[in-house]
Amino acid sequence: MRTIRVGSDAGYSGDRIEPAVELAEKGDIQYLVFECLGERTVALAQRARLKNPDDGFDPLLEARMRAVLPPCAKNGIKIVTNMGAANPSAAARKTAQIAASLGLSRLKIAAVMGDDVLEACKQHDLPLLEIDGTLKTLGNRIVSANAYLGAEPMAAALKAGADIVITGRASDPALFLAPMVDAFGWPMDDWDLLGRGTVAGHLLECAGQITGGYFADPGFKDVAGLARLGFPIGEVSEDGGLVITKVAGSGGEVSVRTCKEQLLYEVHDPARYMQPDVVADFSQVTVEEIGPDRVRVSGGRGTQRPDTLKISVGYVDGYIGEGQMSYAGPGAEARARLALEIARERLKLTKVEASEWRFDLIGIDALHGERRSQGGAPYEVRVRVAGRTDTLKEAVRIGDEVETLYTNGPAGGGGAFKSARDIVAVASVLLPRELVAPQVRFVEA
Amino acid sequence: MAKLRDIAHSRTGDKGNISNISVIAFDARHYPLLCEQVTPARVKAHFEGIVFGEVVRYELPNIAALNFVLDQALGGGVTRSLALDAHGKSLSSALLDLEIELPPDHDRGVA
Repeated sequence: MRTIRVGSDAGYSGDRIEPAVELAEKGDIQYLVFECLGERTVALAQRARLKNPDDGFDPLLEARMRAVLPPCAKNGIKIVTNMGAANPSAAARKTAQIAASLGLSRLKIAAVMGDDVLEACKQHDLPLLEIDGTLKTLGNRIVSANAYLGAEPMAAALKAGADIVITGRASDPALFLAPMVDAFGWPMDDWDLLGRGTVAGHLLECAGQITGGYFADPGFKDVAGLARLGFPIGEVSEDGGLVITKVAGSGGEVSVRTCKEQLLYEVHDPARYMQPDVVADFSQVTVEEIGPDRVRVSGGRGTQRPDTLKISVGYVDGYIGEGQMSYAGPGAEARARLALEIARERLKLTKVEASEWRFDLIGIDALHGERRSQGGAPYEVRVRVAGRTDTLKEAVRIGDEVETLYTNGPAGGGGAFKSARDIVAVASVLLPRELVAPQVRFVEA
Repeated sequence: MAKLRDIAHSRTGDKGNISNISVIAFDARHYPLLCEQVTPARVKAHFEGIVFGEVVRYELPNIAALNFVLDQALGGGVTRSLALDAHGKSLSSALLDLEIELPPDHDRGVA
């Protein structure tokens, strides 16, 4: 039976680059996938594009492409990535320039467009999924609206001979499903095959999270070599069979336990994992160790794809101002509590306006509240004040006020930090799929 | 009294204002014990003051795991939360602190 090996070379936009090079050089892979687009990254990229029409793609695109293009060209590895963010065609042109500067010619680069559905969203008032209200209630605060595209346009680009496929917003598992559809010619209505491919894509999409990253817990789950963690490879066969592995000698582990954790990562109902191409069913999946760092995953299934596509809507949501200060030694906690009291009163006295506040004692209650703290006097405590404001000016005042604790607050306050940032939040709507029209555009290097 | 951490491992994921936390038995023989003791009501009580919505549990006997879906758990949503850990990545560790009653002759089976 025919088998392909697909490498997962990034789990988020800022991920490590050397493991990708290692996979391209030593992974014996035919496809390499970079998943680099977080929930709100497209909205931020859209703003960059408005400032400069040649910008709006992933800021690390150049560094990643320069690192992997030579080994990929040498080994005939095709690349699929969502680093196009808000501007896939500019990303494709940039990649062509990089390829040319590396002396690589005849590379076919495809940009997948059509995920930008801002116009359609202006014409259809749809209910927001996570928060109360509809698109209309967000009004002119909307920055971007992008559909999670499926595997079809990416697979079509590969079939038409693309060496590199660059998309904007697409479902993360679909980035991996596209190579399988390309290699095996899977019909786009064979729900069980697409379900199995989605299991593979889902397991691979966060790169190091299945090879021992986001996992180690000393004494309970020890993992060796995390500083040189290897990224995963999926060996997929024509019938959707799957083995997860990694480059021999790289750090980390591929085991039953890492695969189980990643299988359920960001999953709600395991029997209904909603994707643009299929509703995948993870509920009957089994995992089995068949060798060192080799795990066989079976039992994925699927049912008919939904009639709607999920749209990620970025909108401006005010500002967050923040300030921090540390206290240590005997009485650290008492002084930190005093610092918070002072800050609280000062922010009131100086009339800093925020719609929501946090007053945290890092080391005691910042993550899960005071009730869960182990008790005992912590040696060091860090005070954190954060507030949500309507203007940047107001947000800046929060950190400034906390900083004044240096000379006006309790004894021995050190290490002040302050920040003020504007918030682009993300909500989702469901759009009928016929309103989304993906297209593929080629650029020659 | 043992802790959940002695017999299970866990990972948190986030989507919007919803957190999901897996609880996976190190040893599949402990799966019935997880089903019996790690109930949605106990998880909801454990996260009092953090999780404000419903807690739903999905059972995955094939991999000896439970998946908890916690609504209104991320301070209004990952992209806008004021919290230090906006994603709620650290919630899995909080859940592993849950107390578990093991049968007297029980081997803790830590991997």
